[in-house]
Amino acid sequence: MKISKLATVAALALASFAALALASSAAFAQTIKIGFITSYSGLNGNLGPYMERAVRLYIKMHEKELPPGVKIELITRDDTGPNPDKAKQLAQELVVREKVNLLAGVVFTPNAMAIAPIATEAKVPFVIMNAGTAVITTRSPYIARTSFTLWQSSYPLGQWASKKFKTGYTLVSDFGPGHDAEEGFTKAFTEGGGKMLGNVRVPLQNPDWAAYMQRVKDAKPDTLMVFIPAGKTATAVMKNFTELGLDKAGIKLIGPGDITTDEELPNMGDVALGVTTMFHYSAAADRPANKAFVEAWKKEYGANETPNFLSAGSWDGTAMIVEAIKQQKGKLDPDKTMEIFKNWKFANSPRGPISIDPETRDIVQNEYLREVRKVGGQLANVEIETFATALKDPWKELQKKK
Amino acid sequence: MNANLTGYTGDPRIRLTEWLPWIVAAAAFFLLPEYLALGVRILIFILFALSLDLILGYAGIITLGHSAFFGLGAYVAGCLSAKAGVSDPFVQLAAAAGAAGLLGVLTGAVILRTRALTLLMLTMAITSILLEIANKWTSMTGGADGLSGVTVAPILGAFKFDLFGRVAFIYCLAALFVAWLLVRRLIYSPFGAMLTGMRENTMRMHAVGAPVYMRLIAVYTISAVMAGVAGALLTQTNQFVGLNVLGFELAGELLVMLILGGVGRIYGAFVGPVVYLVVQDYLAKQFPEYWYFGIGFILVLVVIFAPGGILGLLDKIRLGGRSS
Amino acid sequence: MILYVISVGLSVTMGLMGFINLAHGVFAMAGGYVFATSLGRLGLPFPVALVAAFLFTALLSIALERLLYSRLYSAGELAQVLFTIGLIFMSVAVARALYGTLAPPVFLPDYLRGQVHVLGRDFPTYRVFIIVFSFLIILGLWFGVERTRWGAMVRAAVDHRAMAQSVGINTRLLFTLTFALGSGLAGLGGGLGADIIAVQPSYPSEHLVFFLIVVALGGLGSLRGPFIAALLLGIADTACKYWVPELGAFLIYAATIGVLLWRPMGLFGTRV
Repeated sequence: MKISKLATVAALALASFAALALASSAAFAQTIKIGFITSYSGLNGNLGPYMERAVRLYIKMHEKELPPGVKIELITRDDTGPNPDKAKQLAQELVVREKVNLLAGVVFTPNAMAIAPIATEAKVPFVIMNAGTAVITTRSPYIARTSFTLWQSSYPLGQWASKKFKTGYTLVSDFGPGHDAEEGFTKAFTEGGGKMLGNVRVPLQNPDWAAYMQRVKDAKPDTLMVFIPAGKTATAVMKNFTELGLDKAGIKLIGPGDITTDEELPNMGDVALGVTTMFHYSAAADRPANKAFVEAWKKEYGANETPNFLSAGSWDGTAMIVEAIKQQKGKLDPDKTMEIFKNWKFANSPRGPISIDPETRDIVQNEYLREVRKVGGQLANVEIETFATALKDPWKELQKKK
Repeated sequence: MNANLTGYTGDPRIRLTEWLPWIVAAAAFFLLPEYLALGVRILIFILFALSLDLILGYAGIITLGHSAFFGLGAYVAGCLSAKAGVSDPFVQLAAAAGAAGLLGVLTGAVILRTRALTLLMLTMAITSILLEIANKWTSMTGGADGLSGVTVAPILGAFKFDLFGRVAFIYCLAALFVAWLLVRRLIYSPFGAMLTGMRENTMRMHAVGAPVYMRLIAVYTISAVMAGVAGALLTQTNQFVGLNVLGFELAGELLVMLILGGVGRIYGAFVGPVVYLVVQDYLAKQFPEYWYFGIGFILVLVVIFAPGGILGLLDKIRLGGRSS
Repeated sequence: MILYVISVGLSVTMGLMGFINLAHGVFAMAGGYVFATSLGRLGLPFPVALVAAFLFTALLSIALERLLYSRLYSAGELAQVLFTIGLIFMSVAVARALYGTLAPPVFLPDYLRGQVHVLGRDFPTYRVFIIVFSFLIILGLWFGVERTRWGAMVRAAVDHRAMAQSVGINTRLLFTLTFALGSGLAGLGGGLGADIIAVQPSYPSEHLVFFLIVVALGGLGSLRGPFIAALLLGIADTACKYWVPELGAFLIYAATIGVLLWRPMGLFGTRV
């Protein structure tokens, strides 16, 4: 009798212990906090939602893949445009007060640069889902970028342009990405035998296009390469280009895909037809992964809504984060996370196969040559050629050769 | 705008209640370690507001161009570090103070001969010029990208700026303390009395033979130096400087802070930024659109109904409804 | 040139009424939005849209004047400056909430698009139109102020309000109407210029400096002054951007300071 009593007690104890263990592991639900900083107001402030929506959609569709008990909490903050001071402040608060596990987002380069030292000091991995100046990833060992660099689009564009045009001119916004676009394009264009007639940099906020356009018109180049921050600014440039008669003067407008960004095309009207761009993502791309992406987007956010390249960058960035969470079973260690990021590959991105370059922590992807055409009565960036495959950031490659 | 005219020709000894801000600051340091970065911002803006108060409240010069000194100080400190490799904090401060002071003397001599609209517009034009320079001279200032890579050597060789802002807090507190002592000294002196005189009745001051013009330049320069130091502190604690230090928004916000607290009184410059920044920290995140509207609305309300700001209201309450 | 139409309204209110209204740009912005909305969403013809911009802004200004501005006529410069800055903040927020951060698209009618060939060079039609229109406005205003009874009454009221009142002039009404005219002109300017100077929520603060420069340079209380100033500034600015884009607007500011030091009352000012 004694033994059976002992056995019962033991069994009960074991059972309750097991129950407790189970209960406590469920109670130890891991919340991964992501500090998401982007622009909801200010210059091109309509772009923030394109990024946030992509992140939330991905999380929603892939929640079940997360380890049991692990959830993701997205804490969003508005940096109100290209405001590095504010971005830095927000990042500091997210890290110190909210104790986030990761930082992500960022539309504008200056903001990303300001946040970089915080990522390093606090050892918080920072996933850049848009900002495109080449040098950003060198600013902190905790930065990984899933968006693009301006050299990735402008350099191949210059290569292509040098075969089609003899003379060129560039007009870019005067900040990091603009400088990159100008340098990347000019280098490739002149290497390919073209002649640059001039480069002009316009202020980031509220430039008076007329004077600048007139200057270009008077120089009479074969082609004009333009870079301005994606969004409504692009529409303004397009209008000014035609209104001042540059198209009639025989100057062809080209640029990285920022100038014909998918969500602005309907506002540009037919003046945009025929503009050729080089870019990594178009909402009109017909690969299955993209079709599924666009469909899911429209289903969730409305039939008239379209994702754009910021959405693609954020989508893939979230995929990368989720992968890191899965591999570490919800317990994120900053250095291990960076290791996972560095070796990440994604064959089914809406933009085709992508991966991260382990040396530079920057994105490796295809570049497509596109033209604005009417598809089904609507303007679209139609991908006519895969110009470059698995292209690493040309600027960093060139730096290595030095 | 009627400032508090009582008591400033009186006893210059520090009243007990005047130690209150410093006690609060010390308490914040120990009790709110996660909010020290916000605290640092508040301290810097108090210094900035104090400098504006000297000009606006005491000397009665209406200017929208104080950001010029703030911004100049900020960029001088930043460029000195990022471009010339000078990372000693005190050297940076001294350089910023010197540059701002120089600008103050030069521009003051020029514009203080004018009045009202012309003066106001000139102050704005000067700030706009500096903004244009900062915007265009990208090799020096970083332009729209801002200037990163600002390093500040550990203070006195031992205290490095950390992520939590502990060192920064003490550093700025010390700077503010020194400025506060200086301002008190100034206000409670014959110089200060004359400032009030100049504001209230410039004609009579001329008639009395006071060297109005020279004194105006003097106070303008002192105020510029303070603003420049505040700007440098911002750069040092942020290790970064961007174009917004010269922008209209910042200048406008500063005005709101000062008016909110009460212009023309030392502690208006203390109360205003505290209230404003704390409320902003909370509300601006919840309701970013309405926040901006709210500031404007409060400014309008304060101007129309409570020109003395918060401290003015408190005075009224304290005096039991007797007109102040 | 747009600067002129907008700034002349400011010159009127500030010069004739002595009120420092920094929020003038708000009325220009409001006019711009009304214009763009009428033209775009409501599909009204161009002239009607312009009139709508003028009327709406004038009415808005009357409301604001009665409710708020009138309290501050004797409140001193600082109060006026602060109040109008507060107005700027509020209107920026309202504009952002109503319209988003970006400029509404403006679709000009075909007869105003394209280019005209004048003296061997191509000029954008629309800009020529604006110059001509501004010129007509200045003529109209000059005529109104110098030759009509209303103009005489305003001048009298500004010179000596008490005296004018004792002669039976309703100064209160006069000021309100003049304010409405000045602000309405601003609205008109905002609408006219909507195509060139984008109408966005940050409009009032961005361009504030320019309005003030035009008025200060031209001289308070003068009508010719702001016109000449705007003309000179416009040409100088465009020329600068064309020949030396690196210097940007720098020269404008420097020139302003220079001129004002030489003539603190502006080129044609009649009062400081």
